[in-house]
Amino acid sequence: MFNTGKELLNLCEEKNLKIYELVIEKEHTLSGLSYDEIKSKMKNTLEVMKNSATQALDKEIISVSGLTGGNSKKVESYKNNKTFAGPFINGAMAKAFSTSEVNASMGKICASPTAGASGILPSALLSAQEKMDLTDEILVNALFTAAGIGEIIAKNATVSGAEGGCQAECGVAAAMAAGALVEISDGSPSQALNAAGFALTNIMGLVCDPIAGLVEYPCNLRNASGVVNAFISADLALANVDALIPFDEVVEAMYKVGKALPESLRETALGGLAATPTGKELEKKVIK
Amino acid sequence: MKNYSSFDVLGPIMVGPSSSHTAGAARLGKIASEIAGQGFYKVEFYLHGSFAKTYKGHGTNKALVAGILGFEPDDERLRDSFDIAKSKSIDYEFIESDLGYVHPNTVKLVFKYLNNDDFYVIGSSIGGGSIVIININGIEIEFTGSYPTIIVKYKDKKGMISNITSIIADAEVNIASMKVTRDRDDATMICEMDSQIDEDTINNISNIEDLSYIRFINTKRS
Ligand code: SF4
Repeated sequence: MFNTGKELLNLCEEKNLKIYELVIEKEHTLSGLSYDEIKSKMKNTLEVMKNSATQALDKEIISVSGLTGGNSKKVESYKNNKTFAGPFINGAMAKAFSTSEVNASMGKICASPTAGASGILPSALLSAQEKMDLTDEILVNALFTAAGIGEIIAKNATVSGAEGGCQAECGVAAAMAAGALVEISDGSPSQALNAAGFALTNIMGLVCDPIAGLVEYPCNLRNASGVVNAFISADLALANVDALIPFDEVVEAMYKVGKALPESLRETALGGLAATPTGKELEKKVIK
Repeated sequence: MKNYSSFDVLGPIMVGPSSSHTAGAARLGKIASEIAGQGFYKVEFYLHGSFAKTYKGHGTNKALVAGILGFEPDDERLRDSFDIAKSKSIDYEFIESDLGYVHPNTVKLVFKYLNNDDFYVIGSSIGGGSIVIININGIEIEFTGSYPTIIVKYKDKKGMISNITSIIADAEVNIASMKVTRDRDDATMICEMDSQIDEDTINNISNIEDLSYIRFINTKRS
């Protein structure tokens, strides 16, 4: 039905639909499931996300390897201090950490689009819900917006850190969340794609360099900064900041940049933070 | 271009931390145990490549054991699988090894039975929780477990394939793909179908003479 951002925008205009409406329609055609079934399936996804994004806020959850944990709780209890970024942003980072910590401790999460980047979208939606008093139905719709954007990127580029670096995981997650936030705020489909493009632009070239090859650090930090990226990208798009490069071309650029990254910066744990002296020390400690 | 479902992009719902090293490992364990059959008292896991290097930190070991116990990748009992295996008196062992030119996330599972020969299955976790089974007891094959699958072994003779496929056709099940490999007189047939098949059809196929082995893997794809 649509393979590119441009096709998506054309269809939205032609049919006078939001992105999420079009994506649900596509899902219906593709799967044969009824609209109600599709939405209730997504409601289930939302429940998994809500659990993962809140579990570690008041409870220290430590990873299987012992390398990371407890940061969600730290940020959550700090957020009402005299902070720079305020309670909203700090609360969002705490929620992103929460899912990362649940994931690293063998808890249940929804890969969005991957397990490593699974903290960004849940935190973005949940934080928006708290701030704006949104119904679950609005969040479910927003998940379809996010899925539509993720699908276009998966088709034209990659959502795998091993292939495209962390820009393809945490960058894409932020892009999906940014677009979803725009539709939550009643922005237009083209504003949603601009937001997604901004999010990718902001972190273009981000490498994948997990310590000891484990999905923990710097993944957790990039989930926290990723949700912030989503919020500012949504705001920039809603403010109609100029998007000089169209979304589809940003996606293509991201893909080419990813391909150009040396293998050492694509999930092999041979470069970046993983290859620092301390990174290697930590690897020795947790692997054996 | 391949069409994605929204639930491919937002999914799988799984126990962390890694879709390839945890969710895929659990799926490998589950499908391998269905191929080998129940009743084993021990499973040896030969871990290759990245599986060998990072299995502890990714919980690949716990996920594999959960898989052979029949748990799905989103089952939160994954993290307690060692204790659950012990309570069922199922033993397990992890051995780092080199399985040759295979995908970096590959494992060989050797199932041990009291009154039967060992049975082994080799499979790889190829990303996003997807897997491929590449070897059953030395027979090179390839199937993903994404479709309901029948595996049969038989002494090769005329008409075998059509015997089997006509039973499937009578059940009005569509065959998605079919592969037959032959090692001297022994043929192995892997048949992937578009929908699940019922007990009766399974029995009808099992009743064909000269089958030395038959398994059905009625996977449900969430
Ligand atoms: S650093 Fe690598 S493993 Fe970690 S979230 Fe980013 S892409 Fe995934």
